[in-house]
Amino acid sequence: MFVIIAIMLTGMGLGYLFRKHQAAFIHKVITLLVWTLLFLLGIEAGGNEQVIQGIFTIGQETLLITLAALLGSVIAAWGLWRVVNKGEKEDKR
Amino acid sequence: MKGSLIIIGFFLLGCLCGYNHWIPSDLGQSGVSYYVLCALMCCVGISVGNNPQTLRNFRALNPRLMLLPVMTILGTLAGCAVVSLFLTQRSLTDCLAVGSGFGYYSLSSIFITEYRGVELGTIALLSNILREIITLLAAPLLVRWFGRLAPISAGGATTMDTTLPIITRTAGEELVVVSLFHGFVVDFSVPFLVTLFCSL
Repeated sequence: MFVIIAIMLTGMGLGYLFRKHQAAFIHKVITLLVWTLLFLLGIEAGGNEQVIQGIFTIGQETLLITLAALLGSVIAAWGLWRVVNKGEKEDKR
Repeated sequence: MKGSLIIIGFFLLGCLCGYNHWIPSDLGQSGVSYYVLCALMCCVGISVGNNPQTLRNFRALNPRLMLLPVMTILGTLAGCAVVSLFLTQRSLTDCLAVGSGFGYYSLSSIFITEYRGVELGTIALLSNILREIITLLAAPLLVRWFGRLAPISAGGATTMDTTLPIITRTAGEELVVVSLFHGFVVDFSVPFLVTLFCSL
């Protein structure tokens, strides 16, 4: 697992070294690689009987996890928003 | 939005090929996707390192708002921890790993498939695409209900690219730097957090 993070850090170093040469094509490469990966993931998911048979449960679980994650983050943001606004009012006094 | 639809298209096309055995499905187990993932991570790294201007813009930021990425991460993880109590067939770390995608579906789903299998990987993909779509659609409501930072938090790792336009429109132009900074930090945390929760 740490191999992948090390590869990303190496990439950052490379990008920084060559920062004078803007590598605009890199975003196209990224898009292409993402498409390839998602296609491969699809092949694996479609060929897996457990996934196909459990598609209804998977959908339910997906929805629940997503809504919980969103609600949690939004409530945390609301808390910070209140703190920031309160701080600014006090600064103005 | 168009980008995510194309992604879903590729995923569905893959599903069709796998389901009908047009392409041998053991291609996925052969490790090809691992090498493609390595190449992807290298490219992501290059694109970050190649653009030092992004980092320079962050100096003008209100220090209190720098906490927003932390709030997003903690809030998301708390929400996932709570929901894992109700999903008896999923463990706590499963839910936390899916949540730590923060909308970065490509990377998180591939990581999770690699370490936890294709079923949880599919959940991660769908869940994180859904997070992005809900953010795009519900941003105005989120601002009204939870304040102007809410759509940024909801957007997770996508707030420096795909959800940035809707955020500037609903939360206000002056929060652009916050949104970029937030996206940058959360984006960066995805590989670390997903790996962490998958290895626990």
